Amino acid sequence: MINSRFFNRSELIGFVSLLLLLVVILPLALDIFRLNLVAKYLTYSFVAIGLVLCWGYGGILSLGQGVFFGLGGYCMAMFLKLEASSVANTKIQSTPGIPDFMDWNQLTALPFFWKPFQSFPFALAAIILVPAIFSFIIGAAMFKRRVGGVYFAIITQAIAAIMTILIVGQQGYTGGINGITDLRTLHGWDIRTDHAKYILYFVEVFFLFAAIVVAQFIRLTKLGRILVAMREQEDRVRFSGYSVANFKIFAFCAAAVFAAVGGALFTLEVGFMSPSFVGIVPSIEMVIYTAVGGRLSIFGAVYGSLLVNFAKTSLSETFPQLWLFGLGALFIAVVLAFPNGLAGIWGDYVQPRIDRLLASRTKKSGNGGLVANGAPAE
Amino acid sequence: MLIGHQPKEFLLAVEALTVSFDGFKAVNDLSFYVEENEIRVIIGPNGAGKTTVLDLICGKTKATSGSIQFRGKELTKLRENEIVKAGVGRKFQTPSVFEDLSVFENLEISFPRGRTVFGSLAFKRDAVVKDRVEEVAEMIFLKDRLKTSAAELSHGQKQWLEIGMLLIQNPDLLMLDEPVAGMSVSERAKTAELLNRIIRDRSVLVIEHDMKFVEDIAHKVTVLHQGQILSEGTMERVKNDPKVVEVYLGH
Repeated sequence: MINSRFFNRSELIGFVSLLLLLVVILPLALDIFRLNLVAKYLTYSFVAIGLVLCWGYGGILSLGQGVFFGLGGYCMAMFLKLEASSVANTKIQSTPGIPDFMDWNQLTALPFFWKPFQSFPFALAAIILVPAIFSFIIGAAMFKRRVGGVYFAIITQAIAAIMTILIVGQQGYTGGINGITDLRTLHGWDIRTDHAKYILYFVEVFFLFAAIVVAQFIRLTKLGRILVAMREQEDRVRFSGYSVANFKIFAFCAAAVFAAVGGALFTLEVGFMSPSFVGIVPSIEMVIYTAVGGRLSIFGAVYGSLLVNFAKTSLSETFPQLWLFGLGALFIAVVLAFPNGLAGIWGDYVQPRIDRLLASRTKKSGNGGLVANGAPAE
Repeated sequence: MLIGHQPKEFLLAVEALTVSFDGFKAVNDLSFYVEENEIRVIIGPNGAGKTTVLDLICGKTKATSGSIQFRGKELTKLRENEIVKAGVGRKFQTPSVFEDLSVFENLEISFPRGRTVFGSLAFKRDAVVKDRVEEVAEMIFLKDRLKTSAAELSHGQKQWLEIGMLLIQNPDLLMLDEPVAGMSVSERAKTAELLNRIIRDRSVLVIEHDMKFVEDIAHKVTVLHQGQILSEGTMERVKNDPKVVEVYLGH
């Protein structure tokens, strides 16, 4: 699968170094608490990879990816919550066998839409299908009417706000502002132990690389090139016989599914899901991860979400008031000075230097200029 | 009229076409017919509605009333990509090519296969595609620039590339909006040569201001003025029409 044609030279280097970092270096260097933090940050990488396809390639800026992150996360949380709410665990409630927050809100029976989530296969399917269907409906409603650009971004932001209000307002059904908490086991396997956290970390890394491969596959097909073409000359694509709306819907749905997988893994890693990961602020943060990493770079998206989250954790503890301003300033600075983010800096400044260094060291007959012209890291 | 004369099958029949933008009728009750393999040139002063007519045919602008029949299909009811599939190709006035893609990729996108979402995911760059792309690239003088990014092409080369993208679609009706505008003299000559080669086996609708160029290629000329037909016929006839001389050719 991974050969020189699927990844070019610099992409292969990017793939292998990320693999080394996530599979070998970080697990050896960090204790389980820190490694679990990395796992949490990596769940945002899924969202960022989706945004690379949808925003970087397709030019569709969605400021509501938190919605899909949340949908995936809530689908997983609903299954885990039902498992944690066995009759034995909840016998002190007035209605045993239903989640605690329902009992607090005077619900006496499990709502109908919660019932199928007792099945793990259903929950897994829902993690993919619920956001896919929801994004399809939004996408079809918007793109078929030729709503795009800033208007689309504003509408997605409004949807993120509506989603938060809905979740907070319907607390008997959703757990409200606290979210769905106190998740314990997955098929009887305690997900709160250190051992489980190690395993979950590696499961997540596996899914992350699967996501990278899928995204790279999409990028390399003709569909990937049509996304680029659409970003530049929408009319030319339309008058080349393509239904532009359908391609936009696909890109938006793909990004939604990536985000949902991240959300579901987030629930597993962190042990709860709440509306604070759904609304406008987290959705915009997700766009910033992609922008910082480089919106045209799948690997950049992973590094972007790791770095911004590290910065967030360390800075927001020290300067809780200033952090949001710092994040905003970072976004503006990146967009103005480095529109291709870290990946662009790497490709424009670091990579040519490394190549020149290597070329001068191994210089025998050929000229170094040929090597220095290598494709920028993507 | 001869006895037993059959009514001719037109490739394109535009009838009573009207479009109004907030009350302003850019095209007003326009009717004209294009035959198979005919080269029709539309001329007229600025604001006469020439580009709007092409926009209406290719579906970019929706008609207020009237009909556009192409091979018996009503185009006013179809979406843009369906009109392309029916066999109508459109070149825009400013070169619109995909600058972030290579010349090869630009042409490949226009290759008429895998035009659905899942079709494009499964699309394979096989020998048929490669041969056709190379064949067209040779025609448009870009054979040795297939790997070049389209952004690096000159203005004239971009125009050729867009013409090539239309050729690869192999449309029955090719619509060109000022194909030689902004070109150097040598590029202009090459383009005329290119157009003369590609207009065989298909009908072409061209908007052009360059009268020398029009005289070279046109079978029939339609003169538009204020959204209506002022005159129609051979170049010779149109040139000597006093109305045309007054509004267009006279200055």
